[in-house]
Amino acid sequence: MKRFAALYRDLDRSTATLDKRAALVGYFREAPPRDAAWALWLLSGGKISGGKAGKIADTRELRQWIAEESGNPDWLVDDSYDQVGDLAETLALLLDDHEDEDAEALSLSDWIETRLLPLAGTPAELRRSTIVDAWRRLRFDERLLFNKLLTGALRVGVSQRLVQQALAEMSGIDIARIAQRMLGAWTPTPSFLADLLNPDALESDRQQPYPFFLASPLEADVETLGDIEDWALEWKWDGIRLQSIRRGGEIALWSRGEERLDGRFPEIETAIAALPRDCVIDGELLAWRDGDAPMPFTALQTRIQRRKPGPKTLADTPARMLAYDLLELEGEDWRPRPLAERRAALEALLSERSDDRIRLSPTIAADDWASAARLRLEARARGVEGLMLKRLSSPYQSGRRRGDWWKWKVDPLTIDAVMIYAQSGHGRRSTLYTDYTFAVWDGDALVPVAKAYSGLDDKEILALDKWIRANTLERFGPVRSVRAHQVFELGFEGVNRSSRHKSGIAVRFPRILRWRHDKPAAEADRLETLQALAQ
Amino acid sequence: MHPSAHRSDLIVLRREGLYCPAGDFHIDPWTPVKRAVITHGHGDHARGGMGEYHGTRRGLPILQWRLGEQAFHTYDYGERFALGGATVSLHPAGHVLGSAQVRVEVDGEVWVASGDYKRQPDPTCAPFEVVPCDTFITEATFGLPIYRWPATADVAQEIIEWRDHCAREGDAAVLLCYALGKAQRVLAELGALTHQPAFVHGAIAAGVDVYRRQGIAMLETRPVAESAPGSDFAGQLILAPPSAAGSPWLRRFKRAQLGFASGWMRLRGNRRRRSYDRGFVISDHADWPDLLRTITATGASRVIATHGNTDALIRVLNEQGIAAEAFSTQFGDDDA
Repeated sequence: MKRFAALYRDLDRSTATLDKRAALVGYFREAPPRDAAWALWLLSGGKISGGKAGKIADTRELRQWIAEESGNPDWLVDDSYDQVGDLAETLALLLDDHEDEDAEALSLSDWIETRLLPLAGTPAELRRSTIVDAWRRLRFDERLLFNKLLTGALRVGVSQRLVQQALAEMSGIDIARIAQRMLGAWTPTPSFLADLLNPDALESDRQQPYPFFLASPLEADVETLGDIEDWALEWKWDGIRLQSIRRGGEIALWSRGEERLDGRFPEIETAIAALPRDCVIDGELLAWRDGDAPMPFTALQTRIQRRKPGPKTLADTPARMLAYDLLELEGEDWRPRPLAERRAALEALLSERSDDRIRLSPTIAADDWASAARLRLEARARGVEGLMLKRLSSPYQSGRRRGDWWKWKVDPLTIDAVMIYAQSGHGRRSTLYTDYTFAVWDGDALVPVAKAYSGLDDKEILALDKWIRANTLERFGPVRSVRAHQVFELGFEGVNRSSRHKSGIAVRFPRILRWRHDKPAAEADRLETLQALAQ
Repeated sequence: MHPSAHRSDLIVLRREGLYCPAGDFHIDPWTPVKRAVITHGHGDHARGGMGEYHGTRRGLPILQWRLGEQAFHTYDYGERFALGGATVSLHPAGHVLGSAQVRVEVDGEVWVASGDYKRQPDPTCAPFEVVPCDTFITEATFGLPIYRWPATADVAQEIIEWRDHCAREGDAAVLLCYALGKAQRVLAELGALTHQPAFVHGAIAAGVDVYRRQGIAMLETRPVAESAPGSDFAGQLILAPPSAAGSPWLRRFKRAQLGFASGWMRLRGNRRRRSYDRGFVISDHADWPDLLRTITATGASRVIATHGNTDALIRVLNEQGIAAEAFSTQFGDDDA
C-alpha cells in the first residue's frame, strides 16, 4: 500500500509526462505481481466493487462514518466536501495522522483481496469497523488512496497510453501488442499480468481486437494539408465505431468503448460470416432502413440497449456497417501497409459478394479543397457530421495520433443561452465552479437545455467563479443557482426531440464557444429556435 | 450580516473598519481615520493615511518599512494604555514578528480582537497568548475541519528534501511564500536543518533585513539580484513572493520547479489548479482545531468572526451554545 500510495503521490504531484512515466516504470519494476496487477487495474480506471455480493460502502455511509469518527456534525462534513470537491480527499483531510507506524502494513493486494472485497454485502457494523480501523492506522497518503479505492475512480491524470508506454519500456514488448491485450474485459491477476508482458504471441491474442485509430479535429486551414490527391475523403458518419473480427469460425464485434457487441446486431454478424475470407474490418455502425441517408443516432441507441433484439426491432431499425478500413486479412496484420493498399483490398473483398448489411463507406471525389469545402456544407442535409480526411500513405496507427487522420466537421449549430446553475468541478478544478447549466427562454421562464464543462480559458473560469460566488441565489449541496445574467454562445452538433428532458429537446455535445459579455440575458435565444432545429 | 448592535458593544463594525466607540479609535481600518490601532504589518491590516498609529514596539520596524515615517505610538506586549475611555493593551498573536491581539477594557468588560493569529510554534515571533475575555473577535481564514496543520519541522524537512531532489534533477527549487512573515519563518526553520544558504528575491530580502536587525536567527541568504549573470542555480533554494510566478524574473533560473508554502496547499486542487510542482502546508493562521481550542480557552461567551470561512465556524459555535456572529470585513484570506 505504501508503495502504491507513493506512486499515486508522485503522479499527482508531477506535471511532466516524462516524470510520470518514470514513476510508473519504477513502480512496475519493483512491485510484486499481485500488487502490480491491481495497480494496473486502478490506473486503467478500474474500480474495487463487491459486484453481485453487495456494496462495500456507499458515499452516504462514508460521510456518516467520517462524521462520527472525526466528531463533526454531518453538515460540516458536507460543507468540507463542497470546499474540497473530492470525497476521498475530504475523508482523508478530516482526520489526523496517528503517531505510530502501522505495525501490520498490508500490501495493496492484501488490502483489496483480504480486507475490502470480503466486506461486500456484510452487515453495516462490520463494514464500518473495518473501514474506520483502516482510517485510524493509515497515514494521510495511504488514507487518501484507501478512500479512492472506496469511492471509485483514481483520476490522477494518467492516460491509458502512458501506462502502456511504461509497461512497454519496462518489458521491451511492443506497445501495440500491450494495448491490444488490454482491450476488453480482463481481471487484475498475476496471470493476466504475466500474459500481458509475455514476449511470445499467445493463443488469446487471436480473439483480441486492434486498438482503434482515432482522428483529430482539423483546426488549421484545410489548405495546409497539401495536395488533395494525397488524401482520401469520406463522410463522417454519426454512428458507432465498430471493429468486426472474423478469425477461423469465430466472429466478434467490438465497439470503440472496448465492449463486445455480440448478439446485439445479428444481421451484421451474419453478413460478416458470409464474407469470403477471414478479416478484421474497421467501420461505422448505423441504423439504416432504406434510402440514401441513415436514421438519426437516437434510432441506433434503441438498438444498442437491446441484448437480443426481436423481429420487430430488427425490421423497424435495421443496422448496417459501413466499412472503411481493413486491418487484417487471412491472419495477416495489414495495419503497417498504406491506406491506399488497405482500401483497395477492402473494396476487392466486399465486391466479391454484394450485401446491404455491410457496405463500403464511399470515398468522395473532389478536385480541390474548395470543392471539398462545398461538399462539407451538404453534410447536415445528408445526415452526416462532416468529412473525414485520411492520408493515403498512412499506416493504421493506434489511439489519437495527429497528422494522418482528420475529422473536418461542419460548423456547429449555435445558440445564446443564459447560465442558471453552477457546480464545482473535479480534480484540478475541484475548488472552482466550472460545470454550468444553461437555459433559454420559454415565454417568461428560463428552461434548462444544456450542461457544458468546457470552452472557457483559465482566466475566464476564475472571473466567472468569482461572479458565481457573488451572485448566488440558492445553494443545493454543491450546486448554486445564480442570477440570470451571464450569456454564453453554445455550440452543439445536433438537436433531437426528447421526452426525458423538461425542455422537450436534447442537444448533442454542447460546449461553450464564447462568453457574450455584450448580450443581456433578455436577448438570449428562445426555446422555439431550438425546437425548429430539432430533427 | 451585521450583528445586532448592543448599546454596550465595545467594538462595532463601521464603514471604515472595526471601531471602539468608548476609546474613539479604529482597529486595522481600511480607510483613513484619526486614530488606528494596528495589529500587524500585512497590507490588509496596516494601511497608510491614518492620523495616529498605535502598535507594538516589536512590530515598529515592520510598520516603518511598510508605511514610512508616521505618527507611531508603540507599546510593550501587555502594557496597558488609555485611549479615550478605554483601557487598551496589546498581546502576542503569534502571526508574524510584532503581531498583536488588541485587548479593550471598559467598566470591567473585556473584548479582544485577535487580528490574524496562529498557535503553532514560530521561531520568529512571540507565541500566542490566551487573553481571557467576554467577547472574542476572531479570524476564521481556515474555518473548516479539513484544515489541520502538520508539524512545521516536518514540513521544513520536506522543503530540504525537495531542494535535494531538484539538485539531482538539475533544477532550481523556487519556493513561493509571502514576503513578510512566511519567508522569514521558513528561513528560521530551515536554519536548524541545513547550512546551504538560500537565495532571495528582492521583495523578500528587504523583509529578511528587517527581521535580522531585530535579532531573529535565520538561514544565511543571498540576493538573487547580486548573482553574476548566467549563474547556475541548479540545486539552490530560492525564495520569491507569489507574484513572481509566471513573471519574467523566473526566466533566469532556466530549469526550475515551483513550490508554494501556504495553508491553502492542504488541498490538492489548489496546488494543481495553479500547476505548482509542490505544495508545502505551512500557515501563519490557526487551523480548525486551534480556532476552536483558542475560542474555548478565552472563556468568551460571545464570538465575532471577521474573515475567512466564517459560516461554518459560527454555526458550530452556536450549536455549542456560544453566541457567534460575523463582521463582514475587508481583511484578506491570503495565506500566500
